[in-house]
Amino acid sequence: MLFTILAILTVAGAVAAMSFRNLVHSVLALTLAFAGLAMVYLQLGAQFIGFAQILVYIGAVAILIVFAILLTRDAGTTSKSALNASASNSSGWGGGVVAVAVFAAMAWAFHASAASQRALPAQPEATMQQIGNALMLQFALPLEVIGLLLTAALIGAVTIAMHDRQETR
Amino acid sequence: MSSLSSCLLLSALLFSIGLAGALVRRNAILVLIGIELMLNAANLNFIAFWRFGPNPEALTGVLFTVFSIGVAAAEAAVGLALIISLYRHVKTTNLDQVDSMRG
Repeated sequence: MLFTILAILTVAGAVAAMSFRNLVHSVLALTLAFAGLAMVYLQLGAQFIGFAQILVYIGAVAILIVFAILLTRDAGTTSKSALNASASNSSGWGGGVVAVAVFAAMAWAFHASAASQRALPAQPEATMQQIGNALMLQFALPLEVIGLLLTAALIGAVTIAMHDRQETR
Repeated sequence: MSSLSSCLLLSALLFSIGLAGALVRRNAILVLIGIELMLNAANLNFIAFWRFGPNPEALTGVLFTVFSIGVAAAEAAVGLALIISLYRHVKTTNLDQVDSMRG
């Protein structure tokens, strides 16, 4: 029952984020979808992932998107004309048809498979200590690689977005 | 109610909504939001298969999701920096108007 409520909340947030015309409203709806997903993670017993979802997505990614919207402010924050133009031509309908086809294929695939009828097993243990042990021992190399990737990506993002004075003058 | 198939259904719905948004909307920031929704659907699949899979004490699903969240954060930062740089050059975020390389 709780899962159904959370699923409806998440899907409603996602649909609203993709259909609002005002970009700021659509980021607010996106945070609703992220919060619903975090609650689903908590309900599935992955506490660490649930709180990481709240910290990273609601705390960082949503704020980053708001900053990008404010920095590109007068480029039609209410993208009314863009939506109408795309909905009237055939590519807008094509995208919707492709998405519905993908959903139908996935729904058919796991409806037909026997694995989806598996009953809920006992709650697995995923304590913070176990996750820390795994990250420091078994997954130490992937952790270092992801740290290097994040550093390189953030330096690259700053370099790309930095104002290039030579070019503008 | 919270069985594996309902988790997968929620994940498929989120993925399709993100895909439809990324294909239909013409604002670059909304396309990026659609991609974020699709990545979140993948994360939900990892967690669902970890929870209902045969060997949950190995914690592989949880750790894969940790790394996936890290990669998604890097992708969002670089993508938004590209959008800001694009806006500085062509003064728009509408993807239909960025056609200077069209043959």
